[in-house]
Amino acid sequence: MIGPHLLSLEDLGTEGIVEILNVAESFAEVERRTMKKVPALKGKVVATVFFEESTRTRLSFETAAKRLSADVLSLSVASSSVKKGESLKDTLKTIEALGIDAVIIRHRSSGAPLQATRWLEDIHVVNAGDGWHEHPSQGLLDAFTVRQAWAQAEGVDAASTGSELFQGKRIVIVGDIAHSRVARSDVLAYQALGAHVTLCAPATLLPPSVEGWDVEVTTDLDGLLADVDLVSVLRLQAERGSGECVPSLREFTNSFGMTAARTAKLPPHALITHPGPMVRGIEIASEVADDPRCLVTTQVHNGVAVRMAVLFLLLSGGSMAFTDGEGS
Amino acid sequence: MATRERTHAHPKGAVFVPTAEIASAGDVRRGLTRMAHEVFERHGDVHDLVVVGLQTGGIQPSHLLHEQLVRISGHEIPLGTLDVAFYRDDIGLRPVLPEAATDIPVDLDGMVVLLVDDVLFTGRTIRAALNALTDFGRARAIELAVLVDRGHRELPIRADYVGKNLPTSRAESVDASIDGIMLGRLEPK
Amino acid sequence: MTTTYELALGSLLLTGGTVLGSDGPVLADVLIENGIITAIGQGLNAPDAEVLDVEGCTVGPGFVDLHTHLREPGKEQAETIETGTRAAALGGFTAVVAMPNTDPVLDSAFVVRAVLGLGATAMAEVAVAGAITVGRNGQELAPMAELSKLGVMLFTDDGTGVQNGGVARRALDYCRGLGATYAEHCEDLGIAAGGVVHEGYWSSKLGLPGQPASAEEAMVARDLLLAGELGARLHLLHLSTEGSVDLVRRAKAAGIKVTAEAAPHHFTLTDASIASFDAVYKVNPPLRPAHHGDAVVAGLLDGTIDAIATDHAPHTPETKDLPFDEAPPGMLGLETAFSLSYERLVLGEGLAMEGLFDLLSTNPARIAGLDAQSDRPFGQSEHGGRVTVGRTANVVVIDPRAAWTVEGSSLASLAQNTPYEGRKLQGVVRHTILRGEVVVRNGEPTR
Repeated sequence: MIGPHLLSLEDLGTEGIVEILNVAESFAEVERRTMKKVPALKGKVVATVFFEESTRTRLSFETAAKRLSADVLSLSVASSSVKKGESLKDTLKTIEALGIDAVIIRHRSSGAPLQATRWLEDIHVVNAGDGWHEHPSQGLLDAFTVRQAWAQAEGVDAASTGSELFQGKRIVIVGDIAHSRVARSDVLAYQALGAHVTLCAPATLLPPSVEGWDVEVTTDLDGLLADVDLVSVLRLQAERGSGECVPSLREFTNSFGMTAARTAKLPPHALITHPGPMVRGIEIASEVADDPRCLVTTQVHNGVAVRMAVLFLLLSGGSMAFTDGEGS
Repeated sequence: MATRERTHAHPKGAVFVPTAEIASAGDVRRGLTRMAHEVFERHGDVHDLVVVGLQTGGIQPSHLLHEQLVRISGHEIPLGTLDVAFYRDDIGLRPVLPEAATDIPVDLDGMVVLLVDDVLFTGRTIRAALNALTDFGRARAIELAVLVDRGHRELPIRADYVGKNLPTSRAESVDASIDGIMLGRLEPK
Repeated sequence: MTTTYELALGSLLLTGGTVLGSDGPVLADVLIENGIITAIGQGLNAPDAEVLDVEGCTVGPGFVDLHTHLREPGKEQAETIETGTRAAALGGFTAVVAMPNTDPVLDSAFVVRAVLGLGATAMAEVAVAGAITVGRNGQELAPMAELSKLGVMLFTDDGTGVQNGGVARRALDYCRGLGATYAEHCEDLGIAAGGVVHEGYWSSKLGLPGQPASAEEAMVARDLLLAGELGARLHLLHLSTEGSVDLVRRAKAAGIKVTAEAAPHHFTLTDASIASFDAVYKVNPPLRPAHHGDAVVAGLLDGTIDAIATDHAPHTPETKDLPFDEAPPGMLGLETAFSLSYERLVLGEGLAMEGLFDLLSTNPARIAGLDAQSDRPFGQSEHGGRVTVGRTANVVVIDPRAAWTVEGSSLASLAQNTPYEGRKLQGVVRHTILRGEVVVRNGEPTR
């Protein structure tokens, strides 16, 4: 069941995630066309409201909306009245009054998009990253990217594989997990799809409790490298206080950086992802970032198709609509 | 078979209950062979022809029609598939899911596109398909082949090649595939 | 002896209730004349008295809240002394201790006198907890002796704890000299590290910065050591962790002069509530997993924790509508405290009704110095104890058979930030009598 909002990957379940990945495959085909635009959401209005700047995520969502022929309103905190003391609630009510169908929210506070659903009526809310909580579209595009890569390696059509390719796969998420919304969404996505997830970070950058996460936890990255299918490298969130959690960046890199030496110890088929923006030389070495097994640019590219799928599924009605029982 | 079951599944979970067989698998095959001849007769030369099956009901008939056209003409003809989910005008009214891939193997500029579908009913799917095709180039002409034309058009659209004209009531439902044509009704599960 | 408060003239007869008297609960009538309890017995006759039939109800000493944020001065849009004491009266409280984290802070005789002055005519008596440090900045000591002369018996920087151990030690020592009590909001801000919820399962899952139980416990331990060393009297505000309860239990056994309070929300809600990201559940100390609440209940039952205090903290809707980490902590408590405590401790744990009155009335009255008539310039009357002849008539009548449903919008507080919206609670405050005046009659305020 998808919708009416996308706030957390926890709400989607395995089926919902697979459905989004499959629909995203259809949009990936649209992206390969000369004419990259379809009229699916013609007449719909989608607003991006970013209380925390993130050019790449905003561009990705706005490109997705435009390729679906939706009209896009873009509110950036820098140009808004939020700085004049307007509350999140009033800002959203203002946007609502403009007559929109969906709002894509980025906020520095965990839970802000969920709060938004209490204030807005009949408007789909998409979480584009909230505090340390979640970044569901990133989790989806990461899963989409690795499924596609694995499907290609096996010469099969990704859309026909469901969650098959994730079964038994060993995924290591390394870096600043405590302060990472991407980590939480990645864990939920990979687990729902059936992979075995290990979190690797210094104790101070692990969540205080992983009770119920069904993951393994270790501080020894080197011990994992020989038997891994995917290393998901996270950014060290210096602006969120991770700097205080490790003695120095050098010490962090020594133990948890994806260096060339560590990359050399990976099995040949292993892949590396990074949600970006990368800090080369800290969590990932420059030559590793440019290694063909590192999917960073593919992730950015796939972001559009995955976000098209999210917007299409939320806004195209039917089982995803607000109404209960109305429809065909 | 999975595909067939899927096309039978109504969005609200209704099932197709057959009441009468209109045509057998053999009848359908003969119809497709006749249509292939009609296409060949109309165009003589089929060098700029491309066959496109509509997802999902038009896929199997398009394969058979394509096979016949290749056999009759003696040369290769491009074959593609088209999913129109993103072009429908009833989005928001009912769940619309892209059911399968779109694959148009050639630039459609100057080509004659032969669209193939199972049943022609309101014409809305074809309207969506016409819109979709314009995104792949400016075809010289677009023609339509269907296994069944059951009437009740809501748009000024007609088929160029028809396997069987079948007058129906709106309450009835038609299931057409290369396995045969059945008349029936939709019932809740 | 000079008293500035006034006793209500006239007479009042409460008939047929269960009276919590000096020899335990008895079925009796209670006669109140000119603000004093003048007779207790069956079949009392008073032709001119207003009669309240309280059959089936319990008649006990009015409740005393050690921890009320009245918000005046400074945040009168959230609560005032008038509205806050009306909420208190509706909750069965006849006295409240106003916390000093107002604007300006209650750290000078001038401001304290103003608050006490407004409180003198309020629907519940208002005592003041003075600030320990000037502006609650944790550095220079406030003029505690001056405030003490106005009758201030408790000092606290509530809202934050005194972070510097040296300042805390000096303040405890100074309070000792004044015969006053040093009260601490236990939270080591360094350990708390900006956490807005309890650190654990939910903070990890929701990506909200958490503060560990040790942020509270470390300061509890520090203050117990200091108080023990100095022989000073220490009161610990709103204890919320298993470790804190355990530390206090051991300190009491060791003879340290410590008292402690706990808030109803800490033993009736858990941190699972924050999954809604609704800031109405944001409070400091934060809501915690159930085992902490169970430990608090155990502490209340075995006497480790002396009092139930509400930490009534009104906030306007616009501030509670902020994102969770930006919203101010605190929740309403005065009007729900009795029912919540009755449900959990009496119905849930089998505590006797008298025991509940000890926690809500007698013990907090003693800790706040409100257990006897005082000769302070803004003197309060006597609270707590038992319903006995000769005492000032600060009385509450509660109906344990009745239930009610919490509605933020119909609470007397100006603010509506109750975390119990829509919850049906057992046990209703029927009447509250302040110095002989019926301030709440049949659950309605009389002024």
